[in-house]
Amino acid sequence: MAESTATSTGARRRRVPRMTRTDRIVLVVLVGLPTILHVAFVWVPTLSSVALSFTDWNGVGGLDAIEWVGLRNYEQVFTIYPPFWPALRNNALWMLFLVLVPTAFGLFLAVALDKQIRGSRFYQSALYLPVVLAPALVGFITQIVFTRDTGLVNGLLGLTGEGAPDWLGDSTLNLPTVMLASGWRHAGYVMVLYLAGLKSVDHALREAAVLDGASEWQAFRHVIFPALKPINVVVLVVTVIESLRTFDLVYVINKGTNGLELLSVLITQNIIGEASRIGFGSAIAVMLLLVSTVFIVVYLGQVFRKDADR
Amino acid sequence: MTARDFRPPSSLLPGAGLSRRQVLLGLAGAAAVPLLGACGGGDGGSGGDGTGPVSIGSNSSNPNSAAAWQATFDAFTAKSGIQVEVNTTDHETFKQQINSYLQGSPQDVFMWNAGDRKSALVEAGLVSDMSDVWATVGDNYSAAQKEASTAADGKQYLLPYFQFPWAVFYRRSLFEERGYAVPTTMDEFTALAGQMQADGLVPLAFAAKDGWPQMGLFDILDMRINGFDHHMALMRGEEPWTGPRVAAVFEAWRDLFPYLQSGALGRSWQQAAGSVVAKEAGMMYHGMSLGSEFTGEAYDDLDFFGFPVIDPAIGAGAIDAPIDGLMISSDPDDRLAVNRFLEFMSTGEAQMIRLQNEPSEVAAALDADTSLYTPLQKKAAEFIASAENVAQFMDRDTSPAFASTVLTPALQQFIDRPDDYPTIQQQIEQQRKPIFG
Amino acid sequence: MTVTTRPERVAARGEPGERPRRTRRVRAPRVVLHLVLVVATTLWLAPIAYALYTSLRPYSDTAEHGYVSLARSLTLDNYITAFAGADLPHYFLNTMLVAVPAIVVTLLLASFVAFGISRFSWRLNIPLLILFTAGNLLPHQVIITPLYRMFLEIPLPEFMSESELLYDSYWGLILIHVAVQTGFCVFVLSNYMRTIPVELTEAATMDGASVLRQYRQVILPLCRPPLAALATLEFTWIYNDFFWPLVLMPTGEKRPIMAALANLRGQYFVDNNLVAAGALLTAVPTVVVFFLLQRQFVNGLTMGATKG
Repeated sequence: MAESTATSTGARRRRVPRMTRTDRIVLVVLVGLPTILHVAFVWVPTLSSVALSFTDWNGVGGLDAIEWVGLRNYEQVFTIYPPFWPALRNNALWMLFLVLVPTAFGLFLAVALDKQIRGSRFYQSALYLPVVLAPALVGFITQIVFTRDTGLVNGLLGLTGEGAPDWLGDSTLNLPTVMLASGWRHAGYVMVLYLAGLKSVDHALREAAVLDGASEWQAFRHVIFPALKPINVVVLVVTVIESLRTFDLVYVINKGTNGLELLSVLITQNIIGEASRIGFGSAIAVMLLLVSTVFIVVYLGQVFRKDADR
Repeated sequence: MTARDFRPPSSLLPGAGLSRRQVLLGLAGAAAVPLLGACGGGDGGSGGDGTGPVSIGSNSSNPNSAAAWQATFDAFTAKSGIQVEVNTTDHETFKQQINSYLQGSPQDVFMWNAGDRKSALVEAGLVSDMSDVWATVGDNYSAAQKEASTAADGKQYLLPYFQFPWAVFYRRSLFEERGYAVPTTMDEFTALAGQMQADGLVPLAFAAKDGWPQMGLFDILDMRINGFDHHMALMRGEEPWTGPRVAAVFEAWRDLFPYLQSGALGRSWQQAAGSVVAKEAGMMYHGMSLGSEFTGEAYDDLDFFGFPVIDPAIGAGAIDAPIDGLMISSDPDDRLAVNRFLEFMSTGEAQMIRLQNEPSEVAAALDADTSLYTPLQKKAAEFIASAENVAQFMDRDTSPAFASTVLTPALQQFIDRPDDYPTIQQQIEQQRKPIFG
Repeated sequence: MTVTTRPERVAARGEPGERPRRTRRVRAPRVVLHLVLVVATTLWLAPIAYALYTSLRPYSDTAEHGYVSLARSLTLDNYITAFAGADLPHYFLNTMLVAVPAIVVTLLLASFVAFGISRFSWRLNIPLLILFTAGNLLPHQVIITPLYRMFLEIPLPEFMSESELLYDSYWGLILIHVAVQTGFCVFVLSNYMRTIPVELTEAATMDGASVLRQYRQVILPLCRPPLAALATLEFTWIYNDFFWPLVLMPTGEKRPIMAALANLRGQYFVDNNLVAAGALLTAVPTVVVFFLLQRQFVNGLTMGATKG
């Protein structure tokens, strides 16, 4: 007969009544099989890539063709590889931009649409639509809108000829332009995250604030925004990861050159394609991995701190 | 029907209505085709009696080009009874995954480029030697073409099927209207450019967004200033990128900048060609592939001249004229059938099946029936044939890793700030040693 | 912190118990709000509308008059060529061959793991959760080369793969999608399952139900909302993916629909109007899925965010 420890839910971890042996085995299989799959096809390759970053290999041949070179790839990336530092800087700028602009705008949109005004569903759909489109399509749209001589923006503004702003070709203009396109997509994603978050903010809190005579802005700033804290962290981390993973957008526009260098593009250039500098590319990949990991740890730390609080 | 059978949209095929399978079956049944005394013996490949089928990896995915290729393969099957199975990938993807493709389970034959681009594959052991085919059909190719198809070990690895020259293209009617004369020396060229500028035209249309068109200018300037041998040595990583010779190339290029179309980094070559079509720009140094942007009467109006002489001692005998060809993967199923296939593809007759509808290329074979060419193609064929030395273009002549990860960003940087060329030379040189070893 | 959602039940105007509201003061700001939203929506939809407009024009029209011009003629030719010429239905089927099994298997396996780690207490629960969640956040370029090598080594029987390897087979693509996407799904589902009251499973256990019975009869039915939401999300992500097939599926004919789009480009000549038509066509299924399941979609993204 199964015994259950008398507990009050939430005060102690749930204790499963003693399981049968079959049950135990079943559970191990249920959990173990997917875990093995996940580890085998995601984590093993990741660790292999880290190992490869210390080698010199052109992707052809087996283990005997791989030459150990220690930190040489990293040295080269830092010292003699011109696109690296611009790429790092661009990734940082991208991150900063995404966090500050589309995220804030997404929050604003969410708050605005949370009021259940007329047409709310339509607005939500329209603003969310870019998120569903493939990034390559977004890149294509960016091109037809921003090309200097034949693009929509310059065409509508009547700017033609040599003096017209070269939104995609000028290395001082193109990063902001492309970031804008990325923000176009990102704002919708963030909006929806916050919409759900706002739904779960206790209405009693809001009504209390209103009754106390607070203006909308005050209610937002002192009551609602603090209550959104867990979502803020999620949005932050998701945004950061998205900014680090961006690839298709710049690649479609100009293969990630001339001001649009990004780490993901450099990795792809070196690993995929003819270049086949596997060791070198893996070194860049490891650096990207390290940056991602920092934020993953932050994300998960936040999530599990909540668990511990329960 | 195996998953590898290629099914071009029937509406685009000549003789629409018949499925490919029907055509093949019909022909195979009707054709007598011997094929065979040569049965048995395999020279090279793993067993194969010469009856095929032959599989080919194609990078020509655009529906019209694909249909043209299919017509060529069908002609081969009609003649030999050997089936051809096609695996098509779009051009860009094919290039990107070439290494993983060849190490995985590639087709017997695949389309690729001559120059060092092929040598990289040779060194990696991913392709088969085809000197035996060249022994049979070599006479149908020029010495320059053979050179481009040969690797460092002296054996041939590629079979050319089309080629096109890089030259300065212009619209004849524009030159006639404005009374421009075709220049032969650099001085005449810059004078002409100045004249065009004064007339309100952009002298040289120029695009750099795609990363590769600008390589053409570097190539030709290097060949004109330092000679073909220096250029090839530079491409092979044997010459330093610092120093006065390469500096002279960058300087000459920098001096051309007043005449080059501005905003090149944001312009694709199609857009640049568009300005020549629209008579907003006078000239454009590019490959003949830009012909695809000139339709109808614009195409008839299209003409070219070779890049002018800079140093009379060196002359203008060297040009860039990339060759596209076929290569054999490392372990084809039926080597005998593959050889037959290549022998067929080496003939002008086979190459012209495609080229009737591709006005931007010329057949590589010497026995191609030039009466089927447009006047432009004829001129191009003569231009290539009479060149003393033929290079394959920077991104095909040098190590692929060097071209894509070092030279592309470096040249972009140069175009952004031409005066920075000494620093850029330094940076290129620093990266040359690790890559070339 | 438990978050509760209480439907807002403020008395409507005229009803008894109506609270005095600042309706008069909210009027003007509300109009401004609508204005802002309309402007934002227009800006948001404009690029897509422009792409649509471009795709309806023949190449000759835009070549002659430029892209920013009034169309001299409109045509559906680009769509027809893209659909038939690029053989979109065929490639769409390819995508379905990968997406549908991948989604089903991913959700199944993820629900197993989520069930195990959220309903029972093991010491490994949290490390496992971290493992899966982190695995989903890794950039894919990081793992492609070793993965490619692995795929070349793992054999498959001939009826499963022509190449007799995991390489160049649909099974291989399904596998990698499952392996990667399981991470996110585990995170979401475990968070959701955590909120299911213990009493329900305890009751089942009292009745002598095995864990499998608990899973099948108690937990799974309750998970329909997050499962539906995840299904729609996963569909979008897998549908839009072209990275795995780029390296792991060399046979052009078998590639998914994003490859069809690439096929529309020539080696040198690119007809942008045609590509626009193709791109918009390929976007249709994801948009359809989005509209049909919008409510689930919204829920799906936020499952991981707000719960837990």
